[in-house]
Amino acid sequence: MTVSTKKDHQLVELFLSTQANLDKSGLLIELKSAAKSSLDETGFPTLKEEEYKFTNINKRILDKIKKYASPNTVNNIGDVLEANQLFNSLEGYKLIRNNGVFEAELSSKSDGSFIVKPFSDLNSDEVKEIGSIETINKDPFTALNSYSFESGIRVEIPEGAILEQPILLVDVISADANGECVHPRAYFHAGKNSQATVIEITIFLDESPVFLNEVQEWNIESNAHIRHYKLQDGHKAELGVSNTSSNLARDATFTSVLLSLNGEMLRNNLSININDTNCTGNMYGIYMLNGKTHVDNHTNVDHKMPHSESNELYKGILTDQSRGVFNGKIFVRKDAQKTNAFQQNNNILLSEEAILNTKPQLEIWADDVKCSHGCTTGQLDEEALFYLRARGIGKESAKSLLLYAFAGEVLDKITHETFKKYCEEIVHERLGAIK
Amino acid sequence: MLSIKNLHAAIEGSPILNGINLEIKAGEVHAIMGPNGSGKSTLASVLAGREEYEVTEGSVTFKNKNILELSPEDRAREGIFLAFQYPVEIPGVSSTNFLRTAVNQVREYRGQSPLDAVKFLSLMKEKMKLVEIDQKLLSRALNEGFSGGEKKKNEIFQMAMLEPTLSILDETDSGLDIDALKVVANGVNQLKTKDNATIVVTHYQRLLDYIVPDFVHVLYKGKIVKSGTKDLALELEAKGYDWIKDELSGATV
Amino acid sequence: MSKDNEILEELTSREYEHGWSVDYEADEAPIGLNENIIRWISSKKEEPQWLLDWRLKAFEQWRKMDEPTWANVHYPKIDLQSLRYYSAPKQKSKSKKISDIDPELLKIYERLGISLNEQKRLQGVAVDVVLDSVSVGTTFKDTLSKLGVIFCSFSEAVTEHPDLVKKYLGSVVPATDNYYAALNAAVFSDGSFCYIPKGVRCPMELSTYFRINAANTGQFERTLIVAEDQSYVSYLEGCTAPQRDENQLHAAVVEIYAAKNAEVKYSTVQNWYPGDKNGKGGIYNFVTKRGICAGDNSKISWTQVETGSAVTWKYPSCILKGDNSIGEFYSVAVTNNYQQADTGTKMIHIGKNTRSRIVSKGISAGKSQNSYRGQVQVMKRATNSRNFSQCDSLLMGDQCGAHTFPYIDIQNPTAKVEHEATTSKIGEDQIFYCNQRGISSEDAVALIVNGYAKEVLNQLPMEFAVEAQKLLALTLEGSVG
Repeated sequence: MTVSTKKDHQLVELFLSTQANLDKSGLLIELKSAAKSSLDETGFPTLKEEEYKFTNINKRILDKIKKYASPNTVNNIGDVLEANQLFNSLEGYKLIRNNGVFEAELSSKSDGSFIVKPFSDLNSDEVKEIGSIETINKDPFTALNSYSFESGIRVEIPEGAILEQPILLVDVISADANGECVHPRAYFHAGKNSQATVIEITIFLDESPVFLNEVQEWNIESNAHIRHYKLQDGHKAELGVSNTSSNLARDATFTSVLLSLNGEMLRNNLSININDTNCTGNMYGIYMLNGKTHVDNHTNVDHKMPHSESNELYKGILTDQSRGVFNGKIFVRKDAQKTNAFQQNNNILLSEEAILNTKPQLEIWADDVKCSHGCTTGQLDEEALFYLRARGIGKESAKSLLLYAFAGEVLDKITHETFKKYCEEIVHERLGAIK
Repeated sequence: MLSIKNLHAAIEGSPILNGINLEIKAGEVHAIMGPNGSGKSTLASVLAGREEYEVTEGSVTFKNKNILELSPEDRAREGIFLAFQYPVEIPGVSSTNFLRTAVNQVREYRGQSPLDAVKFLSLMKEKMKLVEIDQKLLSRALNEGFSGGEKKKNEIFQMAMLEPTLSILDETDSGLDIDALKVVANGVNQLKTKDNATIVVTHYQRLLDYIVPDFVHVLYKGKIVKSGTKDLALELEAKGYDWIKDELSGATV
Repeated sequence: MSKDNEILEELTSREYEHGWSVDYEADEAPIGLNENIIRWISSKKEEPQWLLDWRLKAFEQWRKMDEPTWANVHYPKIDLQSLRYYSAPKQKSKSKKISDIDPELLKIYERLGISLNEQKRLQGVAVDVVLDSVSVGTTFKDTLSKLGVIFCSFSEAVTEHPDLVKKYLGSVVPATDNYYAALNAAVFSDGSFCYIPKGVRCPMELSTYFRINAANTGQFERTLIVAEDQSYVSYLEGCTAPQRDENQLHAAVVEIYAAKNAEVKYSTVQNWYPGDKNGKGGIYNFVTKRGICAGDNSKISWTQVETGSAVTWKYPSCILKGDNSIGEFYSVAVTNNYQQADTGTKMIHIGKNTRSRIVSKGISAGKSQNSYRGQVQVMKRATNSRNFSQCDSLLMGDQCGAHTFPYIDIQNPTAKVEHEATTSKIGEDQIFYCNQRGISSEDAVALIVNGYAKEVLNQLPMEFAVEAQKLLALTLEGSVG
């Protein structure tokens, strides 16, 4: 409580001192001041805390980040986007954030099936929504984001809207002399019977140290179906925390696919709250790590009502001195009878120095449920490898073929063809580089 | 075909259905809508013979038989099919094995000889096309690990296999995305003949764009409080159920 | 009362089929347990000195041991001094030929559906029958002996093949392995012995049928199976007991030794009297079963269908010592009424490239408690070893319990260990769903339970699988509701 508390607060003070009252509209002042007191009170987690036992991101930020403010927006962002291959290959509703600041001009305009508003335009009911799903006490980094975000966006997918094209949420990130920390913030509301896919990508202009601290909230109304794909393919000096929370009403579906392929240290917290009956929550992920990359995925599904299901599959391929952490929590509350909850975490370690910590956690209070969890950690199947080689396939290609098959199960969860193809290609490329 | 008269039913002593009257003729599609807790699913369960519900008053005749005296399996064998709101998973029992047992027990009741494996499989192949169900799914344990959409498609597939006279679809559309909804509705529509009838219980008016009902009934507090055509559903969608509630309380004051 | 409950009542009140007993003249040891009783048993069986010494040494060790309490079962302390440790039907002739067996005894087995008459018996299954403490006869001995296969009662093996017995007895389960194994070593009265010589594929299933008839008698049999290089044998074990109000103790030991490239398949259908529906009476079944894959590429596979006994404590295990050896454990354990089962396996990986597979299906009904307890241990030298474990629990009703206790201990980083567990419940929902598709409740339960246990039942030899399937349905039908 003594030494560590001091260190926690060192970072809190660094953040608080550099970012005073950033909410220009003043609408969210209550949230921000609550976030400030929360941060003051809790500080940042150390290794002593169960939730951050393997991921000392607090220390890493202190070591690597020098400027705790946000950088200025990038001037030539139009050119940046134009030069990005992935961005250009995708069509859809565009939401562009420039170092965390919403770029209305470059983003798609609202229409009958897609309405976007910066936080400064929120009405009083909408103001109350912000921070209602991902509450500031859930994670100190949520509190930090809530205190620090400059301009958030609220996206509405109206009742009955079936979006044929995906929503593309694009972050352009570039640290500068002013700051190295970005806190993107978004709130999504999916109306009854609506259907949409969101693809989230991040473009880094350089590889200088940066801390990206994102919060995203999802309110999914009855019978709405949302698919959320996120690609984390940054650089070796990227520190990142993301907190994503979703509330599901009856008959709703939320599917998350997360690909973590690069970074220095990334921590992803994903929560699905099953608040009513007949919901489906899907959480899929791949982490393919090399060098000293450290990726920590914490997921949490909270079954509060009966007859719903959740499916979780996270797969990891680790090489070099990389480290993967998986912690999956499933709560099945007393009223959530007839819940089906599945969780699986499979890992392949390709080097002696790679480390993996996996912890599936099931807490079940209902008595009529079906829950299963499984985890595996192992090397590549030597026998299968030998079989392929005996058929004349070279060792390297045999290896990447097997790894690709391993990863394929998660990639197949992506239903957007162009994006899937892109992901397959980079996974392929990365696997080919593994010796 | 089906005649429900003054049907009252209760669960653990608390009344849910408070005097349902409904006449269904061959060839008709009836939609039943209503707010949460109005008794929609209870009505479907009582017709299929779920034991928890106690019928306290009234009668239900199906093809001139008092079905309230029949066991659930005999009601099924008589031709009543319930597509479950929450299709049940049965670990270890393949859909194929399950259906073959069901089809042959129903045939036995009807005095028909059991289908041999070859005939059964060819019947299955034919019906599978109807709901675009993957054959691989049918060799897996019944509903186990099926997605929500697959479960609902499997219900309609079973309906096709058992060829019921009266099908009751209990919120079959809930939780389906638009593509799955179209497949399910298309299957139901193709199974429609002049000799069978369908009751569609739904929470969302949207389904009725795909399965067009001849009649729409609004269930409220265990009674049918309003009946009409498809337009009634549209009106409900636009105005919500409060409109009905207000109308009712206005009428009684 | 719902209809499902009615069926439950009807079926659970169904009597245990094999609950009768027969009066016959018996040769009995006095009640109680002491060194003199052990000497009495040994002299009764005209045993050599080395075996008596072995027994006495085990007894001495046993006296220093405590009854294990770690299992998830609860029962009143057993008064081992109030039991009888030897009871044998008096046989007029010492001959072990079926034709010389007392016809009265043969009738017991006829009534159990086991014909010892070779003409009536299914071709392809040789049977050794053990009644209370002794083996009363073995079939097909001549056919087997032509191939060099030895299949006889344990007592006979001690006399006829002392070198083999001396070499392997206690080599897999040492006399002092655990409390019950030590007790067994001290007082065991008979059992089966089976030896498959090098290169022989045993052409028929070998089977032992155990029956406890006498009251207040513990059954302590010992089975020893030795499979030499490149041999194969499939071995079956079945058991029943009369319905008595007091509990009876069964503490058996099974040892399997598999040499290089040998394969042993051991199947059990355990149907000891489980006690009545109020939990009165029933067998306490405390069994130690272990096999060693001593040679490279050897394989031992345990399959068990456990439906009987009031309390079961049983962990058929494999020591995978030879490189590339394989251990398997397939189990269906059913508990109903007040039965308690704590069962599972141990897979000890010592050799390189060793594999093990565990499939455990627990079914609990009534007020019963069903626990899976399994250990997978990968030792330092066991490079590239693999284990796959699947433990499923099925609950019927809401007054029973299912528990899973997996222990995983890995000392070699190349090991690949997978564990999967599920718990599900059969309830009125599933039955109603079947009903709604036109399937009757009884058929629905049979369909569900057999579907669930299929993976294990498929491992049983054909004749046994059908029996086991019927037994499962009988034990459980109507437990839903």
